[in-house]
Amino acid sequence: MKRRDFIQLTGMSAGAMMLPFSSFGSPVDVSRLLEPMLDAAQKKQLADIALNTTKSLGATYTDVRIGRYLNQFIFTREKKVQNIVNTESFGVGIRVIANGTWGFAASNSVTPDGMKKTAERAVAIAKANSKFQKEPVKLAATPSYGEVSWKTPIVKNGFEVPIKDKVDLLLATNAKALEKGANFVNSIIFLVNEQKYFASSEGSYIDQDIHRILPSFNVNAIDRASGQFKSRPGFSSPVGMGYEYLDGKSEDKINGPGGIILYNKSYDIVEDAGMAAEQVKQMIAAKSVEPGKYDLVLDPSHLWLTIHESVGHPTELDRVLGYEANFAGTSFLTLDKWQTKKFNFGSKQVNVVADKTQVGSLGAVGYDDEGVKCKQWDLIKDGILVNYQAIRDQVNIIGQNESHGCCYSQSWSDVQFQRMANVSLQPGKEQLTPAQMVAGVEKGIYIVKDGSFSIDQQRYNFQFGGVLFFEIKNGKIEGMLKDVAYQANTQEFWNSCSQICDARDYRLGGAFNDGKGQPTQSNAVSHGSATARFNGINVINTGRTI
Amino acid sequence: MAILTKDEAEQILKKVIGFSKADGIQASLNGNDGGNIRYARNSVSTSGEDSNVSLAVQSYYGKKSGTATINEFDDASLEKVVRRAEELAQLAPENPEFMEPIPQPTYGGESKTWAEATAKISPEFRAKVAADSINPAAAKNITAAGFLDDNRGFNALMNSKGLYAYNKATSANFTVTMRTNDGTGSGWAGSTAADVSKMNPSLASKTAIDKALMSRNAKALEPGKYTVVLESSAAADLVRLMLNMNARQADEGRSFYAKKGGGTKLGEKIVDERVNIYTDPWHDEVPASPWANDGQARKRMDLIKNGTVANLFYDRYWASHKNVAPVPFGGNTIMEGGTASIEDMIKDTKRGVLVTRFWYIRPVDPQTLLYTGLTRDGTFFIENGKIKHPIKNFRFNESPIIMLNNLETLGKQERVVTSEGNPNGFIPSMKIRDFTFSSLSDAV
Repeated sequence: MKRRDFIQLTGMSAGAMMLPFSSFGSPVDVSRLLEPMLDAAQKKQLADIALNTTKSLGATYTDVRIGRYLNQFIFTREKKVQNIVNTESFGVGIRVIANGTWGFAASNSVTPDGMKKTAERAVAIAKANSKFQKEPVKLAATPSYGEVSWKTPIVKNGFEVPIKDKVDLLLATNAKALEKGANFVNSIIFLVNEQKYFASSEGSYIDQDIHRILPSFNVNAIDRASGQFKSRPGFSSPVGMGYEYLDGKSEDKINGPGGIILYNKSYDIVEDAGMAAEQVKQMIAAKSVEPGKYDLVLDPSHLWLTIHESVGHPTELDRVLGYEANFAGTSFLTLDKWQTKKFNFGSKQVNVVADKTQVGSLGAVGYDDEGVKCKQWDLIKDGILVNYQAIRDQVNIIGQNESHGCCYSQSWSDVQFQRMANVSLQPGKEQLTPAQMVAGVEKGIYIVKDGSFSIDQQRYNFQFGGVLFFEIKNGKIEGMLKDVAYQANTQEFWNSCSQICDARDYRLGGAFNDGKGQPTQSNAVSHGSATARFNGINVINTGRTI
Repeated sequence: MAILTKDEAEQILKKVIGFSKADGIQASLNGNDGGNIRYARNSVSTSGEDSNVSLAVQSYYGKKSGTATINEFDDASLEKVVRRAEELAQLAPENPEFMEPIPQPTYGGESKTWAEATAKISPEFRAKVAADSINPAAAKNITAAGFLDDNRGFNALMNSKGLYAYNKATSANFTVTMRTNDGTGSGWAGSTAADVSKMNPSLASKTAIDKALMSRNAKALEPGKYTVVLESSAAADLVRLMLNMNARQADEGRSFYAKKGGGTKLGEKIVDERVNIYTDPWHDEVPASPWANDGQARKRMDLIKNGTVANLFYDRYWASHKNVAPVPFGGNTIMEGGTASIEDMIKDTKRGVLVTRFWYIRPVDPQTLLYTGLTRDGTFFIENGKIKHPIKNFRFNESPIIMLNNLETLGKQERVVTSEGNPNGFIPSMKIRDFTFSSLSDAV
């Protein structure tokens, strides 16, 4: 989803008309969300009409995606519910190869006649585009899976939980923050359900039901006398789970260094809001950081974003090849570096995998949006760049014959393309807790939760902020710091990685709205890691006086 | 049926309002026909067209409201969407901040947002724009990647208080990145207009090719504070970030526009007195709809006047709470410029940096509007009034407020294409002293 659309939905202009947004559907009422739509047999019949049409017009390959995309948003601030929105989007996207060239067309008319017309348009566009094509599309083979299905393994469907229960939970969250002294608090629950049916001319008919959830809040503290204000977001992550993520089980709570509580596979939003209200006041009173070199101890709630920007993006093959040159950019991980088989991306501790199957992650599906069964593969092995992220029409360029299964489209109305899989740093092999890691640091900063972020178009130079910063002196957490951001070069940063905690500390972070492409599309992706240490990183002070 | 006339839209909306059984209703009807072409590696990668019309209905009972939408327009569907909005309104909790729709305001004059030339853009036109960009690039060992996106659409709004508003608009945007085949040079340029006949994609491609060739084999310069000549795109990408002038956030103390000790910075001088920024829906270069999303009339309005905060935006709830008139967000941004060309500003610079554009700009500290980001696609060292050589890209950490306090010269205004976010802006290039570059990037 586009950030602009999200902001409009928060009801910042209270009382203003909510306009429909083609990218993520139309508001509908809850009861309608639970109505069954077409069953798999009906979708197969419709898909076959499109497949037969394109074949008769000379297409050599076709895939048909019939998609129903449901969202629910609940927005509150302090004691008020600002907005409740249900959206639905239903339609079909048809992609073909004709004359060796891709063509794509989409329509919300999912009828026999609509399928035929859209299929004809897709072939016509492919033929028109073929005039400009230099090399015909080469698709890596993928097995025909026949009629199969896959579902996110959820325990509780968030769409079936009564609105009142969700509203009550958010208002309880806000009440806790206000009780603990917050000046302002906003909270949200955001639910996603993608019901996707895929059919291809190669004989796969894949029915998938995908769920995601993001509960979160933002707590503000304001000091009018000094003119300072700070905000502390919730320590939740968006996840590929059902409403059970909000169970807040005690075994999923982690006591981190500095007396903070962090969360793993379930989240206690009310407890976290209370902690946030106390911490946000300390953030205002914190000591402004002395710029210089520090050893950084990065919690997974922070490190996921650094992994996303500095490992996830530069290993995307379409960026490496130049397809994103005019927008997102290219990549410093050029093919020649990969071909040497010894490009030291990071230190020996650094092992990074791409994965489209990890349970609870945002990227987990059974099959990608071009019918390839999903898997896990290595990107960085013992610090060396070993592979990229690539899809069916790209893998031939790197001499491989099997797609990695990371093709995705944000909706039926957009064409699918290579998108980032979950890209995760593997935990350390030796037993190590975050507390033990901190104990070994002489001069450092422990950083929790992602904050400000920026990286160049080839992914060399980055700057990251955070939310909570704790000074580490001689192995002990001292007080809180503020005005902290670190700058580094990607390769130098990952080569400075000296320790990674073990699997007990491994957690996922992630985002719903990773943007790429023109027109821009959003992708939801998770990144896992355990707490990790990076030595001698340049920290700047971001405080200014105006 | 994506583009309905004023009368066609009115007929549909009148039926919708007629179906209402709630205390009140507001309905908006929006349609868009869009087309685009994208190319990379000197070859077209994707192109397509899309078309959509949808109706959104908001019904309310007291302070309870619900919204539903539909994209079918027979009578039964129109009635169904009204009933659905009414059901949702009954289920919703009361929102004490809910504001009833407004009666018909007076809109000041005919809209200038529609251009027939843009409405007539064809797939052949798009293909020619791509070919005219790819061919000159290929001839010079350069790889082109670009995107042309054109839209024509309409918005119509009606409510049970008697309001009816209609506007139709066109837009076209073109951007291109040219990279030398050896990977050492990169240039970028863009062109945008409501009226495609005012655009010049071929010139943008030529500019980007020249910059790519000029930027080869850049040298490293020490980070630090530099005088910068910002081309209009670079200037606009920072100026737009100071214009989220929301009165409520300022009153609540959580915005740059909050005043230390309480109140807002309304009336306070915050930047150089030569800075004048305003919004005006009837501006010839960057026209905007004469009405805002909720039907309020837009008018020419100063945002920054002689360096002083002239207005903050008040939504209708906050305006009633503060007992002031509501101030809707504008649909464009115009910053007054000067007469200096980029060449004039370079000639007048002893030691400085010319910036084509900024990239990946993100907030660092909302208290001071501090942002970070990088230069990209054409960064050059200026010495003794001349471009000396290309330089490696810099990361900056800077606030547009500090930047506009360090204003040296205002250049000529241009319709700007920016890297991130479209301000629908007519904004000048500018020369700034003491701009903070904090580190170097190896990215080309």
